[in-house]
Amino acid sequence: MSFLKRHSVLPGFGLSMGFTLTYLGLLVLLPLAAMILKASELDRQAFLHILLDPRIIAAFRVSLWTSAAAAAVNMVFGSMLAWVLVRYEFPGRRFCDAMVDLPFALPTAVSGITLTALFAPTGWLGVWFERVGVQVVFTPLGIVVALVFISLPFVVRTLQPALEDLDPELEEAAASLGAGRWQALVRVIAPVLLPALLTGFALAFARALGEYGSVIFISGNMPMKTEIVPLSIIMKLEQFDVAGATAIATVMLAFSFVLLLAINILQSWSASRHAG
Amino acid sequence: MLADRKPSPFSRFSGGWVAVRRTLLMTASLGFLGLFVGLPLVFIFAKAFSAGLQAYLEAIHNPLALSAIGLTLLAAGIAVPLNLVFGVCAAWAIAKFDFFGKGVLTTLIDLPFSVSPVIAGMVYVLVLGMRSPIGGWMDAHGVKVIFAAPGIVLATLFVTAPFVARELIPLMQEQGEEEEEAAILLGAGAWDTLRRVTLPNVRWGILYGCILSLARAVGEFGAVSVVSGHIRGRTNTLTLHVENLYNEYQFGAAFAVASLLTLLAVLTLAVKSYVEWRSEAAP
Repeated sequence: MSFLKRHSVLPGFGLSMGFTLTYLGLLVLLPLAAMILKASELDRQAFLHILLDPRIIAAFRVSLWTSAAAAAVNMVFGSMLAWVLVRYEFPGRRFCDAMVDLPFALPTAVSGITLTALFAPTGWLGVWFERVGVQVVFTPLGIVVALVFISLPFVVRTLQPALEDLDPELEEAAASLGAGRWQALVRVIAPVLLPALLTGFALAFARALGEYGSVIFISGNMPMKTEIVPLSIIMKLEQFDVAGATAIATVMLAFSFVLLLAINILQSWSASRHAG
Repeated sequence: MLADRKPSPFSRFSGGWVAVRRTLLMTASLGFLGLFVGLPLVFIFAKAFSAGLQAYLEAIHNPLALSAIGLTLLAAGIAVPLNLVFGVCAAWAIAKFDFFGKGVLTTLIDLPFSVSPVIAGMVYVLVLGMRSPIGGWMDAHGVKVIFAAPGIVLATLFVTAPFVARELIPLMQEQGEEEEEAAILLGAGAWDTLRRVTLPNVRWGILYGCILSLARAVGEFGAVSVVSGHIRGRTNTLTLHVENLYNEYQFGAAFAVASLLTLLAVLTLAVKSYVEWRSEAAP
């Protein structure tokens, strides 16, 4: 293997690398490449015609703002939760810590029907919203609720290691130099945590953008109002409009690539912070 | 009972305010967790048993439910072992060797996480569907992939591919390669080195990676929804069966089947906690 950087006495590089590349290539990369190839067969006119359909534009708008809103909500509650789990010792801390992963482990369809039934006007939580005249189910707010649920673990799990690494001496230094609690939080702690916060936001946003199962039950899927992009793709497929589905999916894939790149850059920035 | 694990440097300046702040923070964040995550968990089981144990058992013993369980177990039974082999291979190559393009390969392994599950299903419809050259050829020879079990297996493989590899790569990087080098220099074969040196060192990572990929394989919805065609009793997995029941307003039955999936999720979390506890106890 000529692209090894240095010789190793360990065996099996060719075999393990060969299998890894073949598996990943056949299962993931080739099908994705085939989709991009299919999209490139469309001329610019046709491509734009599909994407500039008001219904598709509306779907992108709904998907983007609800995902951003959910990630923002998790920035607040996820940070507080990570702080409490890292800094405080209390009975049941381990249990609470394990619970954070539930949205990740629970099948999305189960999350979807559960949140819908909980937030329905007659549901355990929906009655309270009903009382103040707020409808959650079948509105964009419902989409945000589902996305907050599924993206919570990504924010908490990204912030926890960063908080664990945060040296209390930093705060001590700030305190001894006369900083108030709030000043220390804003000017000392927040800048150190910034890479982790941004990574958490990007991970949550990326996950929310592609999410399908937990959203379609609670959203009601009304065109122009509560239809998300993954659902638009499925609608196109069900109408045998393969070109339409391919064009929309390719744009979604481009979003994913950009986010993946951003996350990688943020993570290496974060790693260099902690090393330095 | 409540005490800061690391004493705050501000506590000596601000006394009582620290306790107030802690109470506020804990109430807000744990209240959020309880309402948003804990309550749904309780709710699933409450709904599942709302019509009594009899109705619960009937929902699960229903022939459609049983065939969905069978198909789900088939897909998971193929996906988990393949992910294990893929994960060990990928981790061996990435963690034990230095080569050009390592960063790119690591990113590509994560790719299925960033792609919407709907797109994961759709790419197989494009490549292997009836209208594609490959799909048309296979159909002419009597092989059905899309809207049949093989398509569901493929979609499951796509979405679960990274799980074992992601657990093992950082673990095996941490272990370094000295132990394996010693084993090889002492005359052990490649297979013995892997089986007796490398894998025992990362056994908890393997367990956790496998259970994560099992949970995801069983729980996948978007990707299998696209390739399944929703043929009752034939191409419905457990999650698709839950969707059907829910859309037919059979809420009790939907939540009964959903509670089985929830049990697996809870088991996943328990294994994770156990693995973490093990690795903290004996690093």
